[in-house]
Amino acid sequence: MARLNVNPTRMVLTNLKRRLQTARRGHKLLKDKRDELMKKFLEVVRENRKEREIVEKMLMDVHSRFVMARALMSDTHLEEALIYPKQKVTLKASSKNVMSVEVPVFEFSTEGQGEGDIFPYGFANTSGELDGAIIALSEVTPHLLRLAELEKSAQLMADEIEKTRRRVNALEYVMIPNMEETIKYIVMKLDENERGNLTRLMKVKDMMLEQAHQYKKKMAQGS
Amino acid sequence: MHKIAVMGDRDSILGFKAIGFDVYPTEGQEEAGELLARLAQDGYALIYITEDLAIKISDEISRYRNSYFPAIILIPGTKGPLGIGMKAVKESVEKAVGADILSQENQ
Repeated sequence: MARLNVNPTRMVLTNLKRRLQTARRGHKLLKDKRDELMKKFLEVVRENRKEREIVEKMLMDVHSRFVMARALMSDTHLEEALIYPKQKVTLKASSKNVMSVEVPVFEFSTEGQGEGDIFPYGFANTSGELDGAIIALSEVTPHLLRLAELEKSAQLMADEIEKTRRRVNALEYVMIPNMEETIKYIVMKLDENERGNLTRLMKVKDMMLEQAHQYKKKMAQGS
Repeated sequence: MHKIAVMGDRDSILGFKAIGFDVYPTEGQEEAGELLARLAQDGYALIYITEDLAIKISDEISRYRNSYFPAIILIPGTKGPLGIGMKAVKESVEKAVGADILSQENQ
């Protein structure tokens, strides 16, 4: 592990200790965020898969009905029948906050002449198959919107999870170990200085005593 | 108020007009790419694209993947589901979890 490039002083040590504490707290919070996001994400994605299967099946049904309608009517008639829609769909998009990820919520309302009257054409020139196709299609609409909501949420959450995971890992495997190592280095360096200082003082004391009492000379005379 | 657009080949999407979505028939690659950019700017919140068209402009689509709007959703065209829409879901899972853990569940 790389040690941070700092001076081994007491002030840096205090700062580093404080930073390490913050990093640990951040790491814990981010980890919790990641876990919770993952839980929510899996819920969303499970529903997303289900909804997609439903939509795909329903749309295939719609397509086959349209093929039938197209076979029974001329292209121009078909297009003429559909060219001016009676129903208007307005979409209201708001957002929801899931663990600080903004995910969309779609609400839609239809404006039309009346309930059940969605056919934008008279019945004289069109075939019954077209009616069926249009009814089927209007039934898919809520599913389509739900699918959009889920799929976009899943994408946005996946992105956020990836980002959070990177942050967690960077803190856990790089930032925190680096700081710990640096703190250890500074502590050892300071202790070493302290010991050096102590020895020096003891030595000086010895020398001063020697000068004051001249033990060596006395010992030589006494013997 | 937001709008909904549908892009794809004419046969696949004509019906959506009847239920009030805005329909943009396109088939060419460049044309579709430009159209998508324009629709995104015009304030469409939701754009459905048929899978056969989506293959051609997957680069343009992935650009909007992580932005909040528009939501681009793939739908099967007349040729049937090609599995690309499902693949996008799988990619999300792989990105978030690191491995696709959901597809095994259903088998």
